[in-house]
Amino acid sequence: MDKIGLIISREYLSRVQKKSFVIMTLIGPFLFAAMIFLPTYLATTGGDTKSIAIIDESGKFAEAFVSDEETKFEFLDIDQEAGKELVKNETFDGLLYIPDVDTQDPQGVSFYGSSNPSLSLMKTLRGKIEGEIENIKLKQSGIDREVLANLKVKIDINTINLSSDGEKQSSSIGASAIGYISSFMIYIFIFVYGAQCMRGVIEEKTSRIIEVVISSVRPFQLMMGKVVGIAGVGLTQFLLWIILSFGVVAGLGAVFGSPSTDMKTQQKEQLESMNVPQDETMDEIEQDVMSKATKALESIDIPLVVVSFLFFFLSGYLLYGALFAAIGSAVDSDADAQQFMLPVTIPLIISIISLSAILNDPNGTLAFWLSMIPFTAPVVMMMRVPFGVPGWELILSMVLMIAGFVFTIWVASRIYRIGILMHGTKVDYKTLAKWFMMRN
Amino acid sequence: MKDVSLSIPKGSIFGLLGPNGAGKTTLIRIITQIIEPDQGLVSLGGSQMTAELVRKIGYLPEERGLYKKMKVGEQLIYLAQLKGLSKSEAKARIKPWLERLDLMDWSDKKVEDLSKGMAQKVQFIATVVHKPELIILDEPFSGFDPVNADLIKDEILRLRDEGTTVIFSTHRMESVEELCDHIALINKSQKVLDGPKLQIKEEHKDGTFLVTHEGQLEPASYYEIISQKTTETGLTETMVKDYTDGGPNNLLKELLGKVEIHGFMERIPSVNDIFISNVTNQNNG
Repeated sequence: MDKIGLIISREYLSRVQKKSFVIMTLIGPFLFAAMIFLPTYLATTGGDTKSIAIIDESGKFAEAFVSDEETKFEFLDIDQEAGKELVKNETFDGLLYIPDVDTQDPQGVSFYGSSNPSLSLMKTLRGKIEGEIENIKLKQSGIDREVLANLKVKIDINTINLSSDGEKQSSSIGASAIGYISSFMIYIFIFVYGAQCMRGVIEEKTSRIIEVVISSVRPFQLMMGKVVGIAGVGLTQFLLWIILSFGVVAGLGAVFGSPSTDMKTQQKEQLESMNVPQDETMDEIEQDVMSKATKALESIDIPLVVVSFLFFFLSGYLLYGALFAAIGSAVDSDADAQQFMLPVTIPLIISIISLSAILNDPNGTLAFWLSMIPFTAPVVMMMRVPFGVPGWELILSMVLMIAGFVFTIWVASRIYRIGILMHGTKVDYKTLAKWFMMRN
Repeated sequence: MKDVSLSIPKGSIFGLLGPNGAGKTTLIRIITQIIEPDQGLVSLGGSQMTAELVRKIGYLPEERGLYKKMKVGEQLIYLAQLKGLSKSEAKARIKPWLERLDLMDWSDKKVEDLSKGMAQKVQFIATVVHKPELIILDEPFSGFDPVNADLIKDEILRLRDEGTTVIFSTHRMESVEELCDHIALINKSQKVLDGPKLQIKEEHKDGTFLVTHEGQLEPASYYEIISQKTTETGLTETMVKDYTDGGPNNLLKELLGKVEIHGFMERIPSVNDIFISNVTNQNNG
């Protein structure tokens, strides 16, 4: 057993000390942080000021278009063709042409631009025209804006879990988020580190070290040492990422302000710009939502989620890692591995595709069966656990999972012990089956 | 493999010979427990071979390599630890080897920065560092220049003198001739012959003699002239096969009456001759 320990520590240390590992570990959190902050940052700073020419033949919209930081509006009293020329020679970034429209059926509004206009610009323009027509119609019908605002109601349905532990406020959004994130992490982990197992075996095979090592240790020890060592590398990386990500997000948050408040002000600005009256109680509602969210998160059994995550994370990786190692042993190069990769990765891809279906019905038939099959269970079960899974299902799935990885490790080791000594043989599934059946 | 039984005397250098695909590597893999035999057993020093006993073997495979990204020193320590040495023990034993093979300055270099010959030397150290009782060397000299090959040859002889048994598998007959005490020949998964090298040579003598003489040697019924050539000194060298049934003296007596003899020497077959004649015979038969 101490030999397995030796192999594990070599596999682990040789990878952790690599420059690429250190760089990825350091860069990872910044990438995550960038994914969170960049959209906010870009949205708040905005692009260059755009100048839009407006030809308003109806004369109804003079008050609707007020220039701001992002867009400068200029009403022109020329004909459509002359306006187009101004866009062509780049005096303006775009031309909004409003014909003499009928407020009952406003048709024929066109936008001329030198390039495709951005979605947000189109949204702003549309919002302004719609808002103004709405105002006109309200005035025509004699309805006051205040009255209309009072008519609008906001309804929020509280969801409560009736479980044996009593009533709990639940949050399907929180559960979905946790489920999605943990499922995807398992999926990515299996792919990235499974492929590392395969490449490690191919490297040992092509560098011909394998026979030297095999004369000291059993092939099974070498294979398991590699699979377990790489699992350690993955866990280390994720752990460091989580710690560093929190650090980076907290740090950036202190510098740029928290993304959520930024988004709030931004939303408000958008609402204002669309001439929608400001809802005074919005902040209160939001606070309510926040407290509800934290309360709802309390309803998710966090320790159970963490334990299940670690279990399916590791057992799923062991199951696939062994298979990837077996593939590596059978081939002479990465390129040869492709034909065997496909059948191994199909169950993983199926489980990731079925996630949205499982999200719709976390305790349905599809969800049940996919979380019982060891090949799909790691990804699928993690989607379900945050929603609450009957205890017996979880235990059965875990038992099947253990049986599953013991089985694939057994199959893989039988292929591995022969495969690693074979060079230059053309390998197909028949050969693999033959190796598997060989007595020794 | 069919009924290959070999006994390899302790402290000898045993040449394992055979054409390509004869089963040498398979036999070696069975000895080193890499693959299990369908039948039969391997024993080392009187006890049956087990996974535990494998650590008393040092194996240098023909298909060999090292972890390219690992440093020479670390790699040797790792491989020695896999053979059951403790880390400090491994370090202590590796140092003198690195000094002896002139690799001390390379200990902190990665294997990928080494020349092929140097990597081979590192590989040799990895094979012997745990003081195995049995060393199996598959084509140990491939990739070495003559100077380094000599260096390794001396190390092999030194290990033999210290009591290590060496199994030596190669196609280079001159090194077999030079190093081996015992040889075995395998062809088509079967043992063709084995025994002490000198004894086998004795058995393969075919009664040919090289006669150096002055004057013309005429054919006769009790010998056969195989080849004839004139040397620089004007003498003739004739290869003669003896049919007199009376041994070398008898033949010499006959020849003395015919020509003036300057030299008379029995031709001892080389390992190369024995190898070729046995393999061709078996393949034809």
